[in-house]
Amino acid sequence: MPYHALDYYRLDEQLTEEERMIRDAVRSWVSDRVIPKIDEAFRDHFFPQEWIPEMAELGLFGPTLPEEYGGAGIGDIAYGLAMQELERGDSGIRSFASVQSALVMYPIYTWGSEEQKRNLLPKLARAELIGAFGLTEPDAGSDPGSMLTTATKVDGGYRLNGAKMWITNSTIADILVVWAKLDGVVNGFLVEKGADGLTCPETTGKWSLRASVTGEIVMQDVFVPEEMRMPDANGLKCPLMCLNQARYGITWGVLGAAQACFDSSLQYALSRPQWGKPIAGFQAVQEKLVHMATEITKGQLLCYRLGQMKQNGTSSFRQVSMAKGNNCRVALEIARIARDIHGANGITDEYPIMRHMMNLESVYTYEGTDTMHTLIVGSDLTGLEAYKG
Amino acid sequence: MNIAVLVKLVPDTAAMIRLNGDKSGIETRDLNWVLNPYDEYAAEEALALVEKHGGEVTAVACGGDDQVEALRKVVAMGANNAVLVKREGEYDQLASAKAIANAIKDRGFDLIFTGYRTTDDDSTAIGPMVASLLELPCVTEVNKLEVGDGTLTAERNIEGGSEVLEASMPCVITAQKGLNEPRYPKLKGIMMAKKKQIETVDAEAGDIRTATTTMDYPPERPAGKIVGEGVEAVPELVRLLREEAKVIE
Ligand SMILES: Cc1cc2nc3c(=O)[nH]c(=O)nc-3n(C[C@H](O)[C@H](O)[C@H](O)COP(=O)(O)OP(=O)(O)OC[C@H]3O[C@@H](n4cnc5c(N)ncnc54)[C@H](O)[C@@H]3O)c2cc1C
Ligand SMILES: Cc1cc2nc3c(=O)[nH]c(=O)nc-3n(C[C@H](O)[C@H](O)[C@H](O)COP(=O)(O)OP(=O)(O)OC[C@H]3O[C@@H](n4cnc5c(N)ncnc54)[C@H](O)[C@@H]3O)c2cc1C
Repeated sequence: MPYHALDYYRLDEQLTEEERMIRDAVRSWVSDRVIPKIDEAFRDHFFPQEWIPEMAELGLFGPTLPEEYGGAGIGDIAYGLAMQELERGDSGIRSFASVQSALVMYPIYTWGSEEQKRNLLPKLARAELIGAFGLTEPDAGSDPGSMLTTATKVDGGYRLNGAKMWITNSTIADILVVWAKLDGVVNGFLVEKGADGLTCPETTGKWSLRASVTGEIVMQDVFVPEEMRMPDANGLKCPLMCLNQARYGITWGVLGAAQACFDSSLQYALSRPQWGKPIAGFQAVQEKLVHMATEITKGQLLCYRLGQMKQNGTSSFRQVSMAKGNNCRVALEIARIARDIHGANGITDEYPIMRHMMNLESVYTYEGTDTMHTLIVGSDLTGLEAYKG
Repeated sequence: MNIAVLVKLVPDTAAMIRLNGDKSGIETRDLNWVLNPYDEYAAEEALALVEKHGGEVTAVACGGDDQVEALRKVVAMGANNAVLVKREGEYDQLASAKAIANAIKDRGFDLIFTGYRTTDDDSTAIGPMVASLLELPCVTEVNKLEVGDGTLTAERNIEGGSEVLEASMPCVITAQKGLNEPRYPKLKGIMMAKKKQIETVDAEAGDIRTATTTMDYPPERPAGKIVGEGVEAVPELVRLLREEAKVIE
């Protein structure tokens, strides 16, 4: 079934030629390569490795960075559109791209030494190195400032101790961006696979993001040489700025998942007869379809305007919070309505609905939970920080 | 090797096409436009040949400024040059072919590729017409190609089998599905294409001698027929499928 993207408010007219071309290139790749394989990957719980060099070839890792560091210098709106198309395929594949670009390449580019940048970024762009981002801990989720992982200064470098949890790609990563407290201040370290005292066990039993690997990072006296500390990554604001980049991509991404659910619902409703006519002809079904289309359209406008502000350098993390919170919420709701419209068929893997719905449960929580984003905007509006103890 | 690829922007093949009010053409307002899929095979073949033998690929489109997007897509895939043969208003096939032939005749191309059809007008005429106007050999609907020194060997499907032809170069080749796997434009390529200078030449086309009067939707499919029920109905069903519907042999 060919995919029809909804563009009710003709956002296409606002996009530049290269934005549309980037969107279309990623869309074709997803249709040709991801869609035929994704159900198997999700069912059998693996990330198809052959996608990694193909994504690198397209230029999906660190695409907003300048060319000298392996990027393509694309704008934030084009980046968002690429994330939207990836997540139309699956949130797991978008997660892979988000981690590599926004959570690994971005901090190295922003706070790394020139040597770290020259050394690592082109390899990460070509996916010769896979990265992961370790912030969350068993006892520090929404409140990462309470992290227990520490770094201690020793001769020639640092010793890291602690455990990170829920880390996308930790088991397959060559390089781990690990956040640890050095003399009480959060610092960023680049930990290489195979370091003594480092283990990355896989997290199993997930019902969500099954086509994405998640694991722990357990560090016992792991030595990190001085030249692998990002010199300018000091303070909790640094990992939070990384999250802000990734959240921006998610605001576009989840609309891709929502669009896949809507497209399938519309086609299903038009072709499913009950009482002698397509169910799309019943008022109650139309109301559901219109609600889905309206929320997608509102989400698109939110993304586009946020993208404009990000490109101008005027967006704030609070605006990203509003968009991330809203778009994840509506995407999840749209997936659930899509399930309803597909009747019993909606629970099977003949349709992408349950897969997207289960994935979106993670996306709703990671990169800041729904509630946290509400409370961030809440504190901005009222001046009262409700999330603090 | 110096290769031209003739390309066109067409409505997305997944789009629902609606006709305009007086049915003189299609409603273009809500459409997403893509490079004609058969032109992608043409472009891929040209780019792969140049990667192997050296040389340059020039993308050529005939139309208004909107066709620049088709050119940029081929440049994003890797083409070196792009030429817009600029025309105003509607052309027929012969006028378009003349405009293209005039624009490329003195550029010394060894090979000229184009899709064997476009997914919009579906005339299959441009490739052969350009070849005739330039007095070049033409092999249509090619799904396999070997290029040698001054000659080429092309394979194409014919009713019930395949046919292999040899032709001298320069030659016009129209690409059929199966010729290759077109590459995806890379993000870097797309950003580079944005900066590419597009050469524009005015169309020299002569008279327009055909015009589309009306278009219409395909007829509604007649209702299905129930031949019978159970195993007993099978022979009759097979007979009807063979003799009436002619879908089995
Ligand atoms: C599949 C997956 C992949 C992930 N990948 C990564 C990764 O690559 N790197 C990484 O570092 N992390 C990753 N995470 C972790 C993710 O960022 C955290 O799960 C998230 O920050 C929430 O933390 P938590 O799970 O500890 O929940 P908690 O913080 O314990 O929250 C539990 C509940 O309490 C609510 N809550 C918490 N505090 C407050 C408050 N003050 N007021 C009101 N309500 C509150 C929350 O909203 C939530 O509903 C991943 C998670 C998943 C599921
Ligand atoms: C796990 C599972 C086990 C089941 N077990 C059994 C079983 O043991 N025995 C059995 O007989 N059945 C069983 N069922 C079938 C179940 O009862 C049907 O799925 C249910 O009746 C809905 O029918 P449908 O799936 O055909 O959806 P549809 O009837 O096609 O409905 C699709 C959508 O259209 C809406 N809709 C339909 N008609 C209208 C209308 N007139 N106006 C507005 N909206 C409308 C529906 O609300 C729904 O959102 C099972 C289903 C599941 C998922």
